[in-house]
Amino acid sequence: MGLALPSKLVKVSGVIASLILTFIGLTAITFTIGRVMPADPVLAIVGDRASQEVYDQVFLQLGLDQPIYVQYLKYLGQLLQGDLGTSIMTAQPVAEDILRFFPATLELATVATLLGIFVGIPMGVLAAVNQGRWPDHVVRIIGLIGYSAPIFWLGMIALLIFYANLGWVAGPGRLDVYYDSIVDPVTGILILDAALAGEWDIFHNAIAHLILPASILGTFALAYIARMTRSFMLDQLSQEYILTARVKGVPEWQVIWGHAFRNVLVQLITIIGLTYASLLEGSVLTETIFSWPGIGLYITNSLFNNDMNAVLGGTIVVGVCFVGINMLSDLLYKLVDPRVR
Amino acid sequence: MKTIRLLLLSLAAATLALGGAQAATPKNMFVQAKDIADIITMDPAEVFELTTGEIIANIYDRIMMFEPEDLQNLVGGVAESYEVSKDGKTITFKIRPGLKFHSGNPVRAADVAWSLQRVVKLNKTPAFIITQFGWTPDNVDSLVKATDSSHVQITITEDFSPGLVLNAMSAGVASVVDMKLVMSHEKEGDLGYDWLKSNSAGSGAFSLKTWKANEIVTLEANQDYRHGKPGVDRVILRHVAEPSSQRLLLEKGDIDMARNLTPDQIKGIMGNSDIAIDGHPKGTIVYMAANAGHPALGKEKVVQALRWLVDYNSMANSFLAGQFVVHQAFWPAGLWASLETIPYKQDIPKARALLAEAGYADGFELTIHTLTNSPFPEIAQAVQANLAKGGIKANIVTLEGKTLWPKYRAREHDIILARWSPDYVDPHSNADAFAHNPDNRLEAKLTGVLAWRNAWADDASNKLAVMARNELDLGKRKQQYLDLQAMLQKKGPFVIMFQQNEQVARRKNLRGFVSGSNFDLVFYRNVTKQ
Repeated sequence: MGLALPSKLVKVSGVIASLILTFIGLTAITFTIGRVMPADPVLAIVGDRASQEVYDQVFLQLGLDQPIYVQYLKYLGQLLQGDLGTSIMTAQPVAEDILRFFPATLELATVATLLGIFVGIPMGVLAAVNQGRWPDHVVRIIGLIGYSAPIFWLGMIALLIFYANLGWVAGPGRLDVYYDSIVDPVTGILILDAALAGEWDIFHNAIAHLILPASILGTFALAYIARMTRSFMLDQLSQEYILTARVKGVPEWQVIWGHAFRNVLVQLITIIGLTYASLLEGSVLTETIFSWPGIGLYITNSLFNNDMNAVLGGTIVVGVCFVGINMLSDLLYKLVDPRVR
Repeated sequence: MKTIRLLLLSLAAATLALGGAQAATPKNMFVQAKDIADIITMDPAEVFELTTGEIIANIYDRIMMFEPEDLQNLVGGVAESYEVSKDGKTITFKIRPGLKFHSGNPVRAADVAWSLQRVVKLNKTPAFIITQFGWTPDNVDSLVKATDSSHVQITITEDFSPGLVLNAMSAGVASVVDMKLVMSHEKEGDLGYDWLKSNSAGSGAFSLKTWKANEIVTLEANQDYRHGKPGVDRVILRHVAEPSSQRLLLEKGDIDMARNLTPDQIKGIMGNSDIAIDGHPKGTIVYMAANAGHPALGKEKVVQALRWLVDYNSMANSFLAGQFVVHQAFWPAGLWASLETIPYKQDIPKARALLAEAGYADGFELTIHTLTNSPFPEIAQAVQANLAKGGIKANIVTLEGKTLWPKYRAREHDIILARWSPDYVDPHSNADAFAHNPDNRLEAKLTGVLAWRNAWADDASNKLAVMARNELDLGKRKQQYLDLQAMLQKKGPFVIMFQQNEQVARRKNLRGFVSGSNFDLVFYRNVTKQ
């Protein structure tokens, strides 16, 4: 017991130190790339027609006359005080922008990942159990399409069919314009906010808008999760303990779900975590086609405009997501696999 | 299989139950889909982007204005009348009585003077439109002043034509701002700059209700507007960057107007009986500029050869059809003093002869830098093929504006293919950029001047540009600008090619949308819906 506490402390401080190093690395690299890019952050503010006098004035205001490391240290200093700066593009504090754009991506990515989990895993298991037979072929074809079809094309076709022709879902955007600004943002996740406010019309409208982009994004998640599930399951199903269980007369469903599937859970958590994290970065193409004001589009537009405060703010959020999901995955490993504890 | 069928049916039922699409937008609302990612501020002292240019034109009344009922004649906006002194250097505006800002504050002469003073003191990009009159942060309070509660007097220190000054008073920087309201939000002497970036304080037909960057702008009708209540209660600009999505939304009736459709989409939508396509000639011109610092491009005959190599008509009749027309002078057609002659068409033998005379009979190699967005890459490719016929090997580099403009401003290009729109409706706006370069030295850094960016200066052109700028007689002034345009068609670094015709697709039940020649002459107040 006497040694347990210090060893835990060492572990926790190790995690904290690695987190700090990760963020310093992340911000330093992004900051440097932003500053050495050929795009001009001053012109992003003043426009291409500005006189040299106006240009110079803003150049100095941004502190661009100072060495990059001084600029970076100043930025870090602000960051430590919780100030992410102001975005050039939106004229708003970056923190406020992130609070508006990130929940939109969170909403989309969460639904897409859930779709990937609840459809992709059964599909993968079905394919593995029926290896070489038609269900396996079907799952592999679906996986191939989901993984290789350009999301831009898929999105447009889906809009054309389900929105324009069939009218089953709503069009691009998070809400119909008439509902805009009616619900006060509490979480920023529209379906939650609408439900909390008891605005059920808005809730339905938000779901009608969400379902298509989430499904398109979910197709990618589904394809990846199904493919990996199939592969992990095939590996487990060829193990001797499965043969033993079958010989012992254990029912087939129990062999599959109780024995084989349990053993692929840890690997699947990693795959699901990575998928979710990559979706949380935002999918620029999906967000563009569906006019979804998410973090991916925010970071990309900021990058095009050399709006470095916004790029850095967005990068930090994505970094936090990756680190957070990794930590969550570690916790889940311990829950599902006693050997990891 | 049964299970799968059941699942599909349930999915269909669930989505139908969600009630996907609305039939139409409400009658009291005008909903547009537009790429509004260019909005970075709502402050009229700083606004210089296309989308905000039109938004603030609907929020703020300006001192002088072009009204949607008559886009040809400049009339008083907030000013009821004006008087020009004999020497043409002082203009006194009489302010309309009884006007009110959206806040309910009265529009006073003091607000008008303060609005101009504020622009000069903040000195943001568009400030040059009025600082060119000799106004500086130090002298503006004495040169622009309210002489009593209903009169504002402005005095210029330069020899500018009063016509030019009056036209400049119709630019965005001459928007009249509610001083009392803005100053109540002032922080650390910023003249309310921080607050006005995302708020409004005008007396125009609409006020700004919300602006969510990259998402939506909502304007609310000013029920007490001096021309009467606008036709709709709300105007919404929805950010839809993807033109295909704009088309789908329009066809479904979820928006009333799509602003950024491509020629292909316009063609595809033409058969739809619920949709009308309107063409609005705009002041934006597309041009090529040759860097005179380049050994070959610095020769007049080589640039002249470029003018004869380009096949303007074939581009205008194919991939640019409907959206651009051939135009070859620096001042757009349809405006006062515009030169509408088309002296050039493709003539390969003539071009080859000129190249041979310049010592480039075997051609040479150059790079065309242009923007990534359509139609610039397409035009660049067509030009590349045209130049090849003269033996010129052109390489194309497409760049985002933020990367392209620094190159252009640093004279690091061979040829630039770009666009230009007037800052205000006076030929001086373009003449000053294309024809007037008073100091061609690199260290002069006249980076806002296109002639300087192309390392080109010409005494005759400079002289004529200044003469026209200062001329008091309107007839003479017009002729001088016509002569100047004709001069630049023959010499100088520019190959002016096209003028934009903005195509807007709207639901047929919507009427009254007015889009004039300049980027900020777009009016929503007459829009009505059946």
